[in-house]
Amino acid sequence: MQDTSPAAAVRHDKVAWQRIAATRKALGRGFVVLASLVLVTVLVVQILHVSGTITPGFSDWRPVLYGYVLWSVALGVGQVMARGERGLRALFLLPAVLFTVAVVIFPSLFGFYIATLDWNLSSLEGPHFNGLSNLYALFHDDYYWNALGNMIFYTLSVLGEYAIAFGLALLLNAEIRGRKFFRVVFLLPMMLSPVAVSWMIGKSLMEYRFGPAATLARDLGWDNPAFFAAPWIARFSIQAMDAWVSIPFIMIILLAGLQAMPKEVLEAAKVDGANGWQSFWHVTFPIMLPVSITVLIIRIIFKLKLADIVINVTAGGPGGATDTVSSFIYRVYRDRSNVGYGTGLAIFYLLLIIVFLTVLLRLSHRWTQRVS
Amino acid sequence: MTTVASVPVRKRRGALGARRFASRVLIYAALIFWTFICLFPIYWTVTTSFKSAVDVTQGHLIPWLDFLPDWKGWRSLGLSPDTILKTSTARTEFMSRFVNSILTSVGASLLALVLGSLAAYGLSRFRYKFAWMRNDDILFFFMSQLILPPVVLALPFLVLYKALVLLDTTLGLILLYTLTVLPIVIWIMRDQFNSIPIELDEAAFVDGLSVWGAFIRIILPLAIPGMAAAFILSLVLCWNEYFFAALLTSTDAKTLPVMVASQTGSQGINWWSMAALSTAAIAPLVLIGIFLERYIVSGLTTGAGK
Repeated sequence: MQDTSPAAAVRHDKVAWQRIAATRKALGRGFVVLASLVLVTVLVVQILHVSGTITPGFSDWRPVLYGYVLWSVALGVGQVMARGERGLRALFLLPAVLFTVAVVIFPSLFGFYIATLDWNLSSLEGPHFNGLSNLYALFHDDYYWNALGNMIFYTLSVLGEYAIAFGLALLLNAEIRGRKFFRVVFLLPMMLSPVAVSWMIGKSLMEYRFGPAATLARDLGWDNPAFFAAPWIARFSIQAMDAWVSIPFIMIILLAGLQAMPKEVLEAAKVDGANGWQSFWHVTFPIMLPVSITVLIIRIIFKLKLADIVINVTAGGPGGATDTVSSFIYRVYRDRSNVGYGTGLAIFYLLLIIVFLTVLLRLSHRWTQRVS
Repeated sequence: MTTVASVPVRKRRGALGARRFASRVLIYAALIFWTFICLFPIYWTVTTSFKSAVDVTQGHLIPWLDFLPDWKGWRSLGLSPDTILKTSTARTEFMSRFVNSILTSVGASLLALVLGSLAAYGLSRFRYKFAWMRNDDILFFFMSQLILPPVVLALPFLVLYKALVLLDTTLGLILLYTLTVLPIVIWIMRDQFNSIPIELDEAAFVDGLSVWGAFIRIILPLAIPGMAAAFILSLVLCWNEYFFAALLTSTDAKTLPVMVASQTGSQGINWWSMAALSTAAIAPLVLIGIFLERYIVSGLTTGAGK
């Protein structure tokens, strides 16, 4: 390969491909086969060792991990040796793919397997297979369905966050002094960890006895400012905290969209005699629609993972009113160590999310096409 | 608006000026209101870390005016001027969590940056075919990891990490965090590489550089702004991550959010130390937010206009 100029190799893949010596190709393939053999051997030895068939083996599964890393390296080397220039290009993508397969695909498949087990970490007997009974149990679990119901509320609240964020983006896009200062300040809540926010706002600002938010509410005439006692108030309080953290994200993206908007369009509207409100609804809003839909979908994806604030402020209370699916499953594991059932709940939730997002993407795609 | 034509010019300008003025006032009022909403919780946390019990219960807000600041909260963390030189178990614990957080978030961001930049360059320059998957499908495969809720992976990982002896290790957390930020890094970096003209690569090939030589010597230095944005955004996300850290660490690899969360149980009376702890936990990010805001914004808005 050294003697072929790379530029030529780029344009004439086939030629470069034929020039690779047959021995080199074979050597590259041999490498991969050898590494695969090592990996499989380690795996088989360890499985047999754990199941008690043979005595030699490793004390833990770490060697399998090393085997996978070794195999990945050999695969990369083999690609370059057997496929030359094309192998070199594949090398860009391979690390990320191998990494993702190792930490997502494999654990997810493993998750499907765990979901069919009756497995409680705190019980003395180990896991045993119980088919779909986790699924049946899930359909009779009122708390789980309650959490799913709450997710509908939290997801719909994204629209409220969007409205506020749009307003803020418009403010920042107006002719104002100190825009840089306001932009930095408005962005700050997004930087803070939800756990710290849980304490800063949920547990101290909104604290019933001494919190300034409670004091303010008392001054405004609310005698009993308990933010986390009644179900709906608690839900709104949690949502308010999450909105505080996430509005900056929506705002920044909408602001970028506003700044990319051609100025002539708005001026044309002004010439036509449109007032501020009209030009917003008939010009700005339609132009911003694609950006809006993108940011709303991203935001919904993140909203569906909401957990940290709920876990730390209310732990799902009162009576599951603020529970999200994630925080509920967290407690299924933390309080009951019920790994099998918890994973079953999580996998079912994942399937729901996939269906929901697919429908949402289809609908939004069709809608934007009809509008534009 | 129909009567405008009959009004003398000067008067019309005056009326418009008044309206303009009113709208100015409204805009600035709204800006200041939201500034208050954004800053008050932070202000409250920082000042509370200097309060004593009486100041907390009586709701004093302004230092020196209605309460005398004291290092109370920071003393309980071992970080006040009079305790900073003495040994303190609280400070040792805090520092170890702090170091864990730094190691985990920097490690994961670096790993994600390396893996993500390589993949993004490949996807931006070459055409791949893997079974039925083309470039777009591969990109979708990476991006689709974003929708995976942490709970789906958390329990399988708990079991797997136990078998691999990675439970409660920084390495284990780094691998997981890399996964959570990898799609974002790929997204940002692909956009960055797409904005670099392909003619530069071709010129490098003509000069005799290989694919990797062109990538490392020519393209990578040009992609530094995108890399900075991706790195800082990943850093923020990893620093704040709580869910996996809470499930997968117990003593050695615990990160700051887990430490903060484990101490929130105590109600009311211990506010100053909680406030000091929260302040210390958010301080690095507030600084990043103030000084590196440009990169965060550019990272977030990648592809927003398309």
